[in-house]
Amino acid sequence: MYSWKVAPYIFVLPFIISFAFFWVYPLFSTVKMSFQSIQPGMITWVGMKNYSKLFHDTTFHLAIENSFLYMVLTLVLLIPFPMLFACIMNTAFMKYKAFYKSILYLPALTSVVVAGTIFRLMFSELDGSAMNQVMHLFGFESVKWLKARPTGFFALLTLCCWRWTGVNMLYFLAGLQGINISLYESASIDGATTWQKFKNITLPLLRPTTIYVLTISIYAGLAMFMESYMLWSGNSSPKNIGLTIVGYLYRRGIEKNELGYASAVGLVLLLIGLAINVTQLWLSGTFKQEEQ
Amino acid sequence: MVQSIKRNNRTYTILSLALFTAIGLLVLIPLLAAILASFRPGRELIRYGLNLKFDFVNMSLTNYAELFDGKNSYFLWFRNSTWLTFITVILTLLVCYCVAYGLTMYHFKLEKILFFLVIATMMVPFEILMLPLYQEIISLHLINKDAGVILPGLCAASTIFFFRQYLLGLPKELLDAGRIDGANEYRICFTIMMPLAKPAFAAMGILCAMGAWNNMLWPMLVYRDASKFTLPIGLNTLLTPYGNNYDLLIAGSCFSILPVFIVFLFFQRYFIRGMTAGAVKG
Repeated sequence: MYSWKVAPYIFVLPFIISFAFFWVYPLFSTVKMSFQSIQPGMITWVGMKNYSKLFHDTTFHLAIENSFLYMVLTLVLLIPFPMLFACIMNTAFMKYKAFYKSILYLPALTSVVVAGTIFRLMFSELDGSAMNQVMHLFGFESVKWLKARPTGFFALLTLCCWRWTGVNMLYFLAGLQGINISLYESASIDGATTWQKFKNITLPLLRPTTIYVLTISIYAGLAMFMESYMLWSGNSSPKNIGLTIVGYLYRRGIEKNELGYASAVGLVLLLIGLAINVTQLWLSGTFKQEEQ
Repeated sequence: MVQSIKRNNRTYTILSLALFTAIGLLVLIPLLAAILASFRPGRELIRYGLNLKFDFVNMSLTNYAELFDGKNSYFLWFRNSTWLTFITVILTLLVCYCVAYGLTMYHFKLEKILFFLVIATMMVPFEILMLPLYQEIISLHLINKDAGVILPGLCAASTIFFFRQYLLGLPKELLDAGRIDGANEYRICFTIMMPLAKPAFAAMGILCAMGAWNNMLWPMLVYRDASKFTLPIGLNTLLTPYGNNYDLLIAGSCFSILPVFIVFLFFQRYFIRGMTAGAVKG
């Protein structure tokens, strides 16, 4: 018990227990359930039926489309811009860095309930809402933001960018601070332009950070649920414009108690997420690096 | 020549400041609008939506008075959230520190595979395990209990990872020194190494506290009794199909950010350190 041979096992024991109970077991049970039809007091094996039903379920297709589109758009918005802001923030020209960093981080302190409520009211269809006031300013009519797909998505993305731009900028800033400044100095002596320095020094050396942000953003984007839940104050939006894969899992599993079908939805999400992330990590050569 | 470079630098400074001031304003507008609205009657929100109206005539502390008058559940939620956050942070830090300690300070058979498993848990988003976990919590009779909310997230992979990175930087000679002095392995862990890891505890504690304070999805499933609701769940119940209590909702929302904001003001560097630690080493 007190020997150094036993001690490490005692230290990692909580992880082993938690891993078995709260990871392996639920993962297996969700795989099992996905091949079952579960009604109170009656569980029947249905083979691939849940999956084949998913294949023809148009609502599910819409949910996949929404989640996928949301993920792609958040990647497009929440990687290049925060990276650019971090690069500017990191230059010697920038002043009052700590102050601006704090301001940009503020939205990340809010809970999704508070943030979602604020944005729902700002994107309200009323004439007096903040977004419609902006529209009036430019001479447009009021818009029913949360009633149509493009404008609804716009609201979702605005909410997401508002909350995460500062956080991602800080990730990149931390990455930039790990780059040796003498590299830039010697490049300047050789007459490199700002763009050349960015392309040949910043971008390659920032790669670990970029891959990290990319990996977590892919999962976060595909598994988005609460933002949509809060923006439409509940899990239903007009014509399902805000329905995501996890939203559909929640609807089937929690609201309609169809555990088997919902499990299949979850596993499809897991497969999509893993496929995209493994491909991305493989393409960027992260696995090779680890082996070395 | 020197003068023109100086003038150029100043132009860049002004441009950068202008850019960040513009972004900063965009970031602040929603918060400012919410704070302004919290001083106005909730029926205005229903009639006009949320906007940046500096209408000082109609402003009053009525919403906040209602919030503090004790006739609603707000401070019950507040107390529940505070308790849940407190207990989650203490247990998570303790457990994650121990696991990371075991993985970094010793060489043993399962070391590599266990670390791989820690990383593997990060590859499955929580939302996928949510449903079977919910079933499991019901069959373990942990539904509606704090343990049901806390236990599944106790061994947070990112927290273990952060502690590991920190512990790797501490001198291992201290272990041998402690052993020679006759301290047993657990004493070394808790009385010699733990104080050295204080900065890691601060960074992770703050991040974990913010997560627990703001967490909604999982507590919403586990807590069934209204008496157990936390702030996010409680605030969400103010929105019902039968009428929304915007007076309480907006004042309560603003007030719920306050504790996090105060902690942020005092411990900013820990927030940023804790958050970015994973990205640097990757």
